[in-house]
Order: sequence, then C-alpha cells, then structure tokens
Amino acid sequence: MSDSLREVLDQPRYVCALGAMQTVQGIHRAVPVLHAGPGCAQKLAGGIAGSNGDSGYIAPQIYPCTNVSETETIFGGEDALRNTIQGALQVVDADLYVVLSGCTPEIVGDDIAAVVDGLGPTPKPVVYAQTAGFRGTNLQGHDWVLSAIIDQYLGRRPAADVVPGLVNIWGPVPSYDPFWTGNLRELESLVRELGLEPNIVFGEHRGLPELDRVPQAELNLLVSPWVGLEPVRLLEERFGTPFLHYPALPVGAFETSRFLRTLGERLGVASERVESVIDRHEREYYYHIERTCDVFLENRAMSRRFSVVSDATTALAVSRFLVNDFGLVPATQYVTDATPPEHRPAIEAAFRDFQYGITADVVFSTDGFRIHEDIRATDYFGPPLVIGSIFEKKLAESLGGNFLAVSAPLKERLVLSSSYVGYRGGLTLLEDLYEYVLRKFN
Amino acid sequence: MPIDRPIDPHGDRTDPPPIAGTLGGNESGAREGRLGSVTGYSGSLRDLAARSGCDGPKDRDRCYSQASLCNSACALGLTGFITDAAIVHHGPAGCAVTAMSIANSKDQLAGSLGLDNSRSGYVCTDMDESATVFGAVDTLRDVALETYRRYRPSAVFIGASCVSGVIGEDLDGLAREVAEELGVPVAPIHCEGFKSRIWASGFDAAFHAILHHIVKPPERKRPVVNVINFFGSARKELTELFAELGVEPLFLISNTSVEELSRLSESVATVSTCGTLGSYLGTGLEELYGVPYVRALQPYGIAGWTSWLRALGEVLGKQAEVEAIVVRERDRYLPRIEEVTAKLAGLRAVVGMGPGYGFNTVRVLAELGIDVVHQAAWHYDKQYDDGRAPSAFDELVTGDRPDISFSVSDLQNQEIVNLLSTIRPDIYFSRHPGSTVWAMKLGIPALCIVDEYHILGYRGTLTFAYSVLDVVTNRSFTENLSRRVKLPYTRWWLEQRHDHFLNPEAGAPAHRTDEEPSHV
Repeated sequence: MSDSLREVLDQPRYVCALGAMQTVQGIHRAVPVLHAGPGCAQKLAGGIAGSNGDSGYIAPQIYPCTNVSETETIFGGEDALRNTIQGALQVVDADLYVVLSGCTPEIVGDDIAAVVDGLGPTPKPVVYAQTAGFRGTNLQGHDWVLSAIIDQYLGRRPAADVVPGLVNIWGPVPSYDPFWTGNLRELESLVRELGLEPNIVFGEHRGLPELDRVPQAELNLLVSPWVGLEPVRLLEERFGTPFLHYPALPVGAFETSRFLRTLGERLGVASERVESVIDRHEREYYYHIERTCDVFLENRAMSRRFSVVSDATTALAVSRFLVNDFGLVPATQYVTDATPPEHRPAIEAAFRDFQYGITADVVFSTDGFRIHEDIRATDYFGPPLVIGSIFEKKLAESLGGNFLAVSAPLKERLVLSSSYVGYRGGLTLLEDLYEYVLRKFN
Repeated sequence: MPIDRPIDPHGDRTDPPPIAGTLGGNESGAREGRLGSVTGYSGSLRDLAARSGCDGPKDRDRCYSQASLCNSACALGLTGFITDAAIVHHGPAGCAVTAMSIANSKDQLAGSLGLDNSRSGYVCTDMDESATVFGAVDTLRDVALETYRRYRPSAVFIGASCVSGVIGEDLDGLAREVAEELGVPVAPIHCEGFKSRIWASGFDAAFHAILHHIVKPPERKRPVVNVINFFGSARKELTELFAELGVEPLFLISNTSVEELSRLSESVATVSTCGTLGSYLGTGLEELYGVPYVRALQPYGIAGWTSWLRALGEVLGKQAEVEAIVVRERDRYLPRIEEVTAKLAGLRAVVGMGPGYGFNTVRVLAELGIDVVHQAAWHYDKQYDDGRAPSAFDELVTGDRPDISFSVSDLQNQEIVNLLSTIRPDIYFSRHPGSTVWAMKLGIPALCIVDEYHILGYRGTLTFAYSVLDVVTNRSFTENLSRRVKLPYTRWWLEQRHDHFLNPEAGAPAHRTDEEPSHV
C-alpha cells in the first residue's frame, strides 16, 4: 500500500481475545467470570458496543472478576480465582459460568484448568477458556469460547437423538456485530420459512435450552467467512453433525435467494417450496426498489465506486450486496479484523466471485492510517462511498464522498433490533445509506 | 497574553508546602500507597472522620469481587483528548480499545470549538505471545517513530499496560531515547492496570507525565486560571464568569494543545471541578511552580459554588467582584430554587459515585431538602496530595449535619443492589457508565449525573432540582422496565449484609456462610 515504514495497529477495529466475554454474555443466563485486570471488562465492553447497548440481564458492569492486582502478579492468583468462582456461584443467578483468563494470570502461570477442575461438583456448570489478550483477537476468542463450551459442557452431557430439520445457526458475533440480534433473528426467520427448525444460542432469551439442543441438530449452518469454523468443525468431530459453510452474510435479494437455494439443496427441501419463498420475497423487495428507483438513479451525490473497511464478514456481505444487487463497482476492499492467514485465500476468492466477472482486490490490514492513505490515493471516478466504522467518517467527508458506519466502532447511531440480513435487510441498508446521500444537495 | 507581573515562584503561595516526596520519582504510583486511599469500607462518614490521621481506615480487600475499572482507561482516556499529542499504547490490542471508545468523542469535542485535532493519534504495539517472552521494546521504538512520522504530534505519550509492567519493559529509558531522537517530549505514563485498584491513580499517572515532561518553567505570568475538569461543557458560562474577575479559564486537558499545557506554570491559579481528579496536578503546579491551587468546595449547589468562587476571588484579589456576583445570582435564582425545593423535601436518596463528586452531590441534595440515607463511594481518599482531607468530605462531617451511612464499594454492583433493595430509597443518583439501570430494575427511579457541570452554581442547582423532580414524578420508564426484568443476583445474596465479602481490616478472611445459594 503506502510508503509507511511499518504496519501499526492504528485506529483499532477489533479487540483482544478477552473480548469474547461478549460471546458468553450473548448466551442468556451465561456469565463470564474473569481472571483478569480490574479494567478489562468495562474497557472492552465500552469500546466494542460503542453507543449501542452492552447491558442486559448479565452485563460487563457485573461480571465476577478477580481484579488482578500487584499481589497476584507476585504470588499468583489461583486462590483469588477459586474464591471468585465460588462467590460467583453464590451471588450471580446464572446457568453457565465461563471462566476467561486475561494477560497477567497467563504470564505469571496461573493454572486456570486446575482451579476449575479442582472445584469438584458445582451447582451449575463451570467451564474455562484461555483468552489472554496477547493470544489473539476477540474473533478468535469467540471461537475459543464456543469450543470450550462444546468441549467442557456439551461434551459431558448425555447423547441425544438427532432431530431432523433442526439447524443450528452460527455466524454473527454478539455485540461486536452491532446488528447481531437482528441479523440472527433474520437468519432464523429465513431458515424457518424453508420449513426447517432454526436453533440459535444467542440473543433475546436464547440460552441454555437452545445450547443443550445443539448436538441434536441435523446441520450446523455457519454464515461467516471464517469466524465460527473452529467450533462447527469441533461439533462435527464430537457429535458427527455436518456443517454448511456459507461464507457471506446474505444481504439483499441476490445473495439471500442464493443462500436459500444453497441451504434448501443441502437439506433436501423441495425446490418448489424454496422457489415460492424466494418469489414472494423478491416480488415484495422489487416493489420497493421499483417505486424508489428515481431517487436511486437521479442523484448527483451518490457514488458509483466504493470501498468497505471492516471485518471480513461485513466487508464481504456489503460488497456482494452493492455489486450484485445494486450495480455499484468495487474499488479495493479492506479487511481489518486480523484474519488468520490460513483463512485469507478463501476470502480473496470470495471477492473474485461477483456477477459479470467483476472482482475486487482485498487488502488485509489492521493499520487504519495506511488504509486511509490508500483510499486517498485512489481515484473513484466520482465521490467515493466508504462504508466501515466511525473512523471512516472524517475520511469520507474530506474526500467529498458518502459514508455509512456499519461495524465497530460504530458510534453516532443506535441499533436496537434492526438488521441488514435478508431481503428486508438489504432495503434497510439502502435506507441508511441514502440518509447520508440525501443530506447533500441534489 | 501581556505580561501581568514579574515572576516570583513562591510569591503566590497561600499555604505551607504540602507533604514532601509525592511528586518526585518516575511515577506517581498508586493512591493506596501514596495517599492511603482505600477501596473497601463500611460504616459512616463521622466514623471515617474520627479515624482519619494515623488511625485512618485500613484498606479492606474482598474475597469476592466483580469487575471494576483500571487506571489506564482514566490516564489514556484523558490524554487522548489533547489535540496534538499521540499515544502509543504498549500492550496487546485490547488495551488500545480506548482508541475505539474516544474515536468520535474527541472529534466531536474538537469540532465543537473548531479545533484541528488531526495531529492526535492513538496507536498500539499489539503485543503478542512472543512479546510476552522476549519483550518488545524494539517494536515500541519503531512504532513510536512511525507514529511521529504519521501525525507529527507535539508530544508522544507511551502508555503502559499490565503486560508491559509484568515483563518489566523499560518505558522510561525508551522514552528518553526516542525524545532525544525526535526532539519533542516523549513521556511514559505508568498506568499498568494491576498497580492500583483505584482508577483515579490513572489521572495522577497522566498528570505526572504532563507535569514532568510537558509543563515548562514560567517565563511570565498570564491572567489565566487553569480549570481541571473533564470535557469543558460549561466553557461558555465559566468564561463569562471569569471575565468578570479579569481572568480567562484554560479548560484542562481535553481540547488543549501541548503548547497550552506547557504553560500551565504561567497561570495565576488552578481550580478543579473534582477533588479526585485535580489533586495531583493542582498540588504539583503549586509545589513546583507556585501556582496557587484553590482549595474549596467544588462549584456545585449553592454553598459549593459560593465557596469555590470566594476562594478563587481571594487568590485573585477580586473579593468585591465575587460578592457582587454571588448577590446577583442568589437574587436571580434563589426564589425559583426554593419553589422547587418545597416539592422535593423529604425524598429519600442513595448516592453511588466516585468520592470527589459524591461528597459534593450529598451536600447539594441536603440543600434541596433531600434526605441522603446512604452514600457509596467507589474509593475514599482520606487526604489529597497536599496532605489535607477533601474539603467536600470535611464539610459533611462538621457542624450539626446528621451522620450518613457510608460505604466504599469499588464499583461492586452487588453491594449497591443489596443496599438499594434493603433501603428502597425514592431515588438513586449515579455517575458511572453502566451503573444506573440497576436501581431502575428494582423499581427505584435513578438519575445519572453524566455531566460534571450539571449542578454548577445557582443556575445548575435549579436545573438539577427540576431533573430530580421530573425523574421522581414520571416513573413510567422505571416501572415499565422493573415489572419485566429480573435481577441477576440470588435471593441468598440479597439477604446478606452488603459488606459480606469485605475482609476484616486485619486481613484475616471474612466469615462466610456455608449455606448454598437459592437461585431465584
């Protein structure tokens, strides 16, 4: 990209593995128990959720935590952890306690596994995952936490029969995806329309009952380029459940219809049924597109070319929508979530798979400064459209372009239950995009 | 600014020198050690007052705790708002989440004044597993140099993390080297999260770096008053007020430049809107450069504002002007304040916030006729850096004021909920992210005093009184929520004493019951 001497984590758009505490909180009545510094929970939660809600039945403001101090760095913190877990079982009314370790205890060599295993029988299940910040990102942490729950909780429950048509849905990462609850609900609704039974462990009051059914599914459906692969592979290994890896979160008519056909085919849903669902949705979708085309087409301010600066999931989802549904042309796309190298080739391939042979270059970088330098040096042949986080706001403004924040750090907008997934989600994305475009003179 | 008068470094000193030794060294250290501050206590304000001095309260640890906050959030959150300084956070990626938290707020603040903050930046060395084994000072040097190349900041702050602290990275040595190479101040900020349970220690760490690396000796005196605060929301009101006293406020440290900070020693006085926040910098400027640190109540409510303004007037020699302002404001607002106060009398309140703001809030509530039945403070400083007890605390334990039940709770929400469910006050006052909703879940209306200037002076007192009235009058939001949600605590916990998990002062383990919790 630029002539910068080195890549720097500048304008961070992700956090460390301990940020997976949000994955635990996303499971209703599960509580993270942190063996970490006193500020980790509140700092991480505030940064990830931004101006969106991060409280709830369980909240970062109430996570049990050892609040590691100088004493534990010298003498170790295993006693403190044991007390904190036992206290958590007494004080916090939860159904699953997930112990997560931060940096300091792991450096000084606390044996978290030994502490948890040494608890003996507990009134509620207690599992653990090593999520020290220096080990990886919150997205990797998400996978490690789910794997720990599969291993140490689901793996120890009695086996149960597979329920035909039961589909576990994985993909959107709690809290880190600002639209996670809405996106999951929309996926759930699409799966249900095919006559299947969706099962999701995150979001509105979905928790342990849903988690307990995970091993009984006929299929694990992973809707994400790479996050979640490790746990669905583990589920296959443990329970023999096959998985369908659908790399793009479906946004808008084109991708959602492809998604429904792919899923229907995989599970043997009658194609008439699939096509009738698609037809009904597409008629409705294009009713709205048709009546709004004047606004879309007769506008001075809208862009033709765009870049997304975001995590792999969002970058791919938004790019596919803008290209395959909405006729825009992709400039370089920037993936900022420190995607592990082994997953990058598949993501690059996904960005070469647009209609009409259109392809997009992908840059994997965690250096926001260099990404911005690169965008500044690009000719978009008109006002650029930059979609990403709040960090892109000033950049887009300075380039006279258009802007929409859709991923962390989000800021300056509030998301409750809305979603960009599915047919309705594509329309919502256009509404949000044109809220910015229409502020300019036309 | 014109030269107001010649320099006499100690000419402005109105008080004896403060206790020695607090401001030297490479770091400010933890408040627990430096000031004897505590994070665990259960008793009353007058009990604490009686036990100050050498027999002061000893810190009480907890055998069960929930997450609180760390000093790096305070230290680097504050310095991140300087318009032309860069922060290099030497830690794993998650520590630099502060960069995400302040991403737009610093732009919003700078934008509100039309300031260019494009020379500020917040980057991270992204320490990984090998860095924890082999160290990463070389990476830190490269990143610091690259950061300077990118942003051309007027100063660079090197922020410590738990990891950099545990593996013993030499931030001071590195900062000296880089400063020599770049020719701008490069200041380490020792805000390792494990070093203090009191996140206010992070304010001190940031101010230590500013005092020792940014502030220069005065060349002249300027008619400027340093205002130590958070975000300067009362900029307009205080600028107009100070103009009547012939001085200009310099709001610290958000929206300031390194150049402005370098001249803090030239101001004629320092005031603070929060005793907890201002102690280190205010005392430091006085000790090192003779800038008087105005000691008074903070400017909230009637007594606080009057005390604050009078003390400032005394330092500036503007007593007559101050008295005229006091009369004017009183005549303008007091009748309206009395009118609303009549509607608030007898309300029972619980206050849960940091000690500096909390003591002031309790006093204001008394002025409004509200009965504070318990105060919880996140920590307690028995003294500030000048060796004196906080003025706002002293005020509450002198005269014939009733004693108030008091706990130091280190942000332990389970203790607050336990107290609230027992006391059932009419209203709860909070001032910390994420802490307000828990009272509402109990059906108790809550008011978060988000902005530090909410209760500023007579006008603020009037506004605040109506905020209280509105919150206790329309309880729909609170009651709608509380009817539909459940507390995340067991019945067992709510039946314990709120200080159940506090260890005795001697350090022996606290008594714990063996009975199993009943999950409710």
